[in-house]
Amino acid sequence: MSAEASRDRILSVASPIALFVLWEIAARSHWIDTRFFPAPSSIAVTFGELIRNGTLLSNTLVTLERLAIGIVVGGVPALLIGLAMGLYRPIYAIVDPLISATYPIPKSAILPLILLVFGLGEASKIAMVAIGMFYPVVINTAAGVRQIQPIYFDVGRNFGARGWAVFRTIAFPGALPVIMTGVKLGAGLGLILIAIAEMVGAQSGLGFMLWNAWQVLQVNVMYAGLITIAVIGFVLTVLLNELERFLIPARTRR
Amino acid sequence: MSGAKIRFENVEKRFALRAGEHVALGGVSFDVGAGEFFVIVGPSGCGKTTLLRIAAGLDAPTSGRVTIAHGSADRPGNAVVFQGESIFPWMTVRENAAYGLKMRGAPQRHTDEVVAHYLDATGLRKFADAYPHQLSGGMKQRVSIARAFACDPEVLLMDEPFSALDEQNRTLLQQELLRIWDETHKTVVFITHSVDEAVTLGDRIMVMSADRGRPKAFVDVPFARPRSVLDLRATPEYGRLFHDIWSQLRDEIPLAGTLRQAHGDAVAG
Repeated sequence: MSAEASRDRILSVASPIALFVLWEIAARSHWIDTRFFPAPSSIAVTFGELIRNGTLLSNTLVTLERLAIGIVVGGVPALLIGLAMGLYRPIYAIVDPLISATYPIPKSAILPLILLVFGLGEASKIAMVAIGMFYPVVINTAAGVRQIQPIYFDVGRNFGARGWAVFRTIAFPGALPVIMTGVKLGAGLGLILIAIAEMVGAQSGLGFMLWNAWQVLQVNVMYAGLITIAVIGFVLTVLLNELERFLIPARTRR
Repeated sequence: MSGAKIRFENVEKRFALRAGEHVALGGVSFDVGAGEFFVIVGPSGCGKTTLLRIAAGLDAPTSGRVTIAHGSADRPGNAVVFQGESIFPWMTVRENAAYGLKMRGAPQRHTDEVVAHYLDATGLRKFADAYPHQLSGGMKQRVSIARAFACDPEVLLMDEPFSALDEQNRTLLQQELLRIWDETHKTVVFITHSVDEAVTLGDRIMVMSADRGRPKAFVDVPFARPRSVLDLRATPEYGRLFHDIWSQLRDEIPLAGTLRQAHGDAVAG
């Protein structure tokens, strides 16, 4: 069994390496079109240049800042509205149809409207991330609160929990595992949307870098940007998983 | 017993059903004395949990009222030990036991002392930092008992707290409850469908009728305290009381009634 497990591990490390080697060979011997698929080694060189001249760092920081602000701007109201929806049936009855009606609209399709309303500056980029974050968090928070066993609210009432204490000691911690799933989804969606938003009418950020690379046909730069975004997505997932482990100790030991 | 600690006055509860109206409680009245361990025993569905929830303030009666004599303003009127799992899975044993005190804004030091005392009393000291999913069913109910005692309520309301436990654990917890109760002699209203449990724990037992939750009989339990659950069950009085109460109760169990009737018919035919 453990021999099989270590074999599987070796295989899953080996497969991406094999792909890179194959790609490198194919590019060098011109079996594939290097205008579209430049050799990994040449991408690495470009990557190094972009790091040295500061382009990559400055664009990454701009994107990360928009992402972080957008996550907070979208996530905090989503959390509060979701908790209120989960706790108070009339609020659920009022808000749920609005969310259900607007949720199916592809978020990327709202970009022109967002640009119209918020202009070409920072606000429109942040708004896109916020929208991506808002929906999964509000939906999961409301669902998370509603799946809490009614007996816990009875306990809260019986032992004197009122108002904010009910949010803090029952609704929020009880819904937290479901909320965290929403946060992870929302952050992932936010990353997708910030890349799209920066391609249109932005002068900075990784999305802009990608789009610009296409316009001037710097394919290596495009790949460098893609790798950076992939790394951001990966780090974001790891960080949120760690946050979840920290916030929900009972769950990790299950 | 110095007067009524908790008074049920004409408590009525009706539920609107699609098929019409269901009267769960039809004007139930009785008093529980201060420091009394009062047990309500009744068949399933006789409305005992409804009665307890009304006493706890979790449900409103359709008419009538329940009053709890309040000694001190900084004590809660009641605390419930719920049936089934009621401790918060997201809090440690210690945080769960401290919940009532926390919600009432008790000073931290006082909370720590009281909680430590009741965790000791329930044998949970070693598990203070454990989470509920690491505990057995019996341990979880101990936490629930510690939580209720810790906030020092005027009246302790217990809703079949041991019904989900196996026989051995139930006997153990009954003994522990008696021991903790002997420290405080707090007024208790304890609901059960087990005649055994009622006789073991109670000072006075009310047999509840299946018909609109009417009190059918009140039985005094003469056993001295402190009690030992095992020794108690070996005495002839225990057997006699068990028999008395069970005979009162038998007619209240709808299925038992029909069976007896069916049997009588068969004999007659």
